[in-house]
Amino acid sequence: MKEETLNHNSFRPGRESADGEAKAIFGFWVYIMSDTLLFAAIFATHAVLHNNTFDGPSAKELVNMTFVLTETLVLLASSFAFGIASTYAHHHNKKNIVLVWISVTFLLGAAFIGMEMTEFAKLFQEGNSWQRSGFLSGFFTLIGTHGLHVTAGLIWMVSVFAQVLKYGLTDRTIGRISTLGLFWHFLYIVWIFIFTLVYLMGVI
Amino acid sequence: MKKIMRVILVVAVVGVVFLMLSYTSSHNMGVFNPKGTIAHAEMNLIVTTTLLMLIVVIPVFVMLAIFSWRYRAGNTKAKYSPDWHKSIALEVIWWIIPIIIIAIIARMTWISSHDLDPYKPIASSVVPITIEVVALEWKWLFIYPDQNIATLNFVQLPIDTPINFRITGDAPMNSFWIPQLAGQIYAMEKGDYAGVSANYSGFGFSGMKFTARASSQDEFEQWVRTVRMSPSTLSIDEYTKLAEKSRNNDVSYYSSVHKGLYDKIIMKFMVPANVIMTKMNM
Amino acid sequence: MFGNLTLSALPHEPITVGAGIFMAIAGSSIIGLLFYFKRWRWLWAEWLTSVDHKKIGVMYIILAFVMLLRGFSDAVMMRLQQILSVGDSVGYLPPEHYDQIFTAHGVIMIFFVAMPLMFGLINLAVPLQIGARDVAFPFLNSMSLWLTVFGAMLVNLSLVVGEFAATGWLAYPPLSGIVYSPGVGVDYYIWALQIAGVGSLISGINFFVTILMMRCKGMTLMRMPVFVWTVLASMTLVIISFPILTATLGMLSLDRLLGMHFFTSDFGGNAMMYVNLIWAWGHPEVYILVLPAFGIFSEVVSVFSRKKLFGYTSMIYATVAITFLSFVVWVHHFFTMGAGANVNAFFGIMTMIIAIPTGVKVFNWLFTMFRGRIVFASPMLWMIGFIFTFTIGGMTGVLLSVPAADFQLHNSLFLVAHFHNTIIGGVVFGYFAGITYWFSKIFGFKLNERLGKAAFWHWIVGFFVAFVPLYILGLMGMTRRISHIDESTGWQTLLIVAGIGVVIIGIGVLLQILQMIVSIRDRKHNMDTTGDPWDGRTLEWSTSSPPPFYNFAIIPTVHGRHPFWDTKYGESEQVAPHYEDIEMPSNTPMGLYIAFASVVFGFAIVWHIVWLVVLAFAAILALLIARSLDYNTEYVVKAETIAKIEAKRK
Repeated sequence: MKEETLNHNSFRPGRESADGEAKAIFGFWVYIMSDTLLFAAIFATHAVLHNNTFDGPSAKELVNMTFVLTETLVLLASSFAFGIASTYAHHHNKKNIVLVWISVTFLLGAAFIGMEMTEFAKLFQEGNSWQRSGFLSGFFTLIGTHGLHVTAGLIWMVSVFAQVLKYGLTDRTIGRISTLGLFWHFLYIVWIFIFTLVYLMGVI
Repeated sequence: MKKIMRVILVVAVVGVVFLMLSYTSSHNMGVFNPKGTIAHAEMNLIVTTTLLMLIVVIPVFVMLAIFSWRYRAGNTKAKYSPDWHKSIALEVIWWIIPIIIIAIIARMTWISSHDLDPYKPIASSVVPITIEVVALEWKWLFIYPDQNIATLNFVQLPIDTPINFRITGDAPMNSFWIPQLAGQIYAMEKGDYAGVSANYSGFGFSGMKFTARASSQDEFEQWVRTVRMSPSTLSIDEYTKLAEKSRNNDVSYYSSVHKGLYDKIIMKFMVPANVIMTKMNM
Repeated sequence: MFGNLTLSALPHEPITVGAGIFMAIAGSSIIGLLFYFKRWRWLWAEWLTSVDHKKIGVMYIILAFVMLLRGFSDAVMMRLQQILSVGDSVGYLPPEHYDQIFTAHGVIMIFFVAMPLMFGLINLAVPLQIGARDVAFPFLNSMSLWLTVFGAMLVNLSLVVGEFAATGWLAYPPLSGIVYSPGVGVDYYIWALQIAGVGSLISGINFFVTILMMRCKGMTLMRMPVFVWTVLASMTLVIISFPILTATLGMLSLDRLLGMHFFTSDFGGNAMMYVNLIWAWGHPEVYILVLPAFGIFSEVVSVFSRKKLFGYTSMIYATVAITFLSFVVWVHHFFTMGAGANVNAFFGIMTMIIAIPTGVKVFNWLFTMFRGRIVFASPMLWMIGFIFTFTIGGMTGVLLSVPAADFQLHNSLFLVAHFHNTIIGGVVFGYFAGITYWFSKIFGFKLNERLGKAAFWHWIVGFFVAFVPLYILGLMGMTRRISHIDESTGWQTLLIVAGIGVVIIGIGVLLQILQMIVSIRDRKHNMDTTGDPWDGRTLEWSTSSPPPFYNFAIIPTVHGRHPFWDTKYGESEQVAPHYEDIEMPSNTPMGLYIAFASVVFGFAIVWHIVWLVVLAFAAILALLIARSLDYNTEYVVKAETIAKIEAKRK
């Protein structure tokens, strides 16, 4: 009898939390796929509009590559820091180290958002807002959508930090660290596309 | 009781079909009453495609009727094979037949899409006339650049002459449609044809209609002279006034048109206003 | 303080005032009745906060029927206006009002009737068919429901506070831009769709994961009921296409709110980009709706012909083929916009290729009937009506897919007749069949068959009387969306005929309402005590009607495509049941709260009430965080409790 129950459970266990986390992670993967399409739609619009400057400035005249490269490295570092946090969560079970690395990730993410805001403010002051042309609408929206995702990620990170602090490293909190990790690395990949398609190809 | 119901049903169906036929034969069927080569070709295409599809559709209807009747639960004499659910041969047949029919229609589609492409000039020895069409809120402006005249909600065309329409809008999207003449016009028969916008563009949409009159070359030239006598001219100011919203406009004629008005309307959306000014001044 | 919202936003026209008063009376009488019968607590605890997929399904369907009445009233008003507004008469609706009505009709019918009906049926049937106790994310399921409900409320609110979009159901710019549509109508449209759209996307993910990860033991993919397959395909389309809708409406909203230039006619905007994007969502949307209907018909035809479904494997391949093809056809919605002959021909041919797998499905259904023992219960009538109607719709669809033919038929009433032909004949008939089929499973009693059949006959006859004239009018050159015609056209006669058709359909709708009332009244006679009223084949019929809240006391094990049929008629050893503890999700009002905060957020943006936008947004965030911090979302049902419930059921 016992063996049969076990067998049954191993095939598709009911609502045990480990299984719940598996569903959550798979579901989150599916969500990321769909979010990719949201970005794809905006990327496509940007591609169509990138020459429609209406006699305003083009990407070439606006982009400071050094600045953008620094931004990219900051976000890369933050993605890396989160990688360390989740490795510790999964394999070493060291709550405090995990919390430290989540904090590092957060600070780097916040720095990235700060840099983006600075860039936007500068463009605004120079009179190159999103109202200037179709190209600039696409530019601001694409980067802004990514920025909003990063901001949401930061808020979520605070919540996960609090959960780890309170409950320690349980199946459930580790599961949440994993989903947040997926999101955070995904946002870095999206940024690479923005970096290449908007900035790099805009400058060339 | 059931029998009477059935008789009534049959009579009703026959009656409806008869009424439909008599209605359609006594009214102008637009698409099926083509007066231009393109409209004619498009009608033939519609008819051929329909006939090809009936090769599949009629058997479907026949089978639907026969199977429903024969295999009703009450008919215990009919064969009953509850577990029969597979037949490679049958399935191959109904994958293949639609594929063949669609392949034929696809070929027709490819050819007709190119032949009847609205951007393709119609082959003809006669010099084509260019007419510039501007969709406004909510009326149609026709500019004849060669004759230097313009008309509102009325367009006259000489028969057997290809017409090149250049179409733009100073309004939300519209779509230029004369059912009996189709997109690219080559009128074969004299007469008045109704033209409309096919794409909804706002509150005055229903009144956004015009008449297209196909006439002989002489009548056309005479008409051009009439238009030239009109007291109104289409200056930039006049155009700006005209471009404001208005509904159910009457036909009007303009004896002359500001040079390059059409291109200017297009340019308006391409570059900022101050740039237009400098470009025009040059 | 209230942004752009002033008292002048309240209605002035007698029709809207009347509609507003009607909604107020209906709403307050429901609230009054709830107070009178002291049912608030019951409603709150058992329904509004429920995460049980069966109850969520029922609430979706109630929403769909309420909105169907509104969408149908719009249709009646449109028909009446077109009949009356001929020549010198301008009818009873000015264009400003008429244009809002046809927009609302399309939006309501697709987003708030068809979609909730679909998600309702999926909720009712899918977990039961795959032998699961609930969906993958029960809380998100409740949130999706409430997002859809509040999205619909926003549309209804626009009737009394402000106005609705007058742009057509897809709101093409530049007409929907701030220059040509300065009012709040388009904003209501955008936010109602955004809120409901997020709900649909979450549901899509939810059922995708449910189907892939929660099937019972032994149910391999190729043993899934066809309905589950079609839902899987449909949810895949939801996941891929709804983000595009969100992005597109988002950009339109940025144009309107922040003065951006995505789709404006000047400053380098490109309105055609909108048209492309919206149809990249819009075309798959049609298949999102119709694929589950195909699934329902596949279940129905096999059960009521008392025969195995013919060509199961072909059916699955055809479904998958349609799923892929639906993404490469969107340009056929605007052949007339000048993409060039190669592009048009490509998209035209891709479109007609869809006719091949669809045709294969039709033949498989027909040969399921062949050598069967067909019982003409009302689901089967809908099935036969569907094959007849949908085939005609498919034929006119192929016609429209030939670009050169489409130049003549595009945006005419021919087009209108065509898509009603496929949506009513395919989607609506399918969902009605599904509701009749599964009703007893959920409520424990059957619907009155006599009235159900009468409703079917009125629907199908009314459909042809209403839409055949529109095909003819389209060929005569009548465009869609016009509110006035010239007397010389001679179109009025046919418009009157079409109006009569709408009346016949209306009688069908009334009969359905009557059917519901009579069935509830006579429920004692129509009890479904066996749990298997139609002699079904799949797992949902193996549990009682209605099923216990945990669906299956013991998760079934499956050995074939007809698991219940096999246990019923095959040899199965009777083993004494051994129950175990199960974990079930706890009810929660969080989904309702989050959806409510979202609709407040939407309303505040529509009227530019800045403080409320900030407040509502903060509320959404706070609620989401609160939910994520709550680890107490499930409870355990003891084996003894289950044993007790099961003993009582038998």
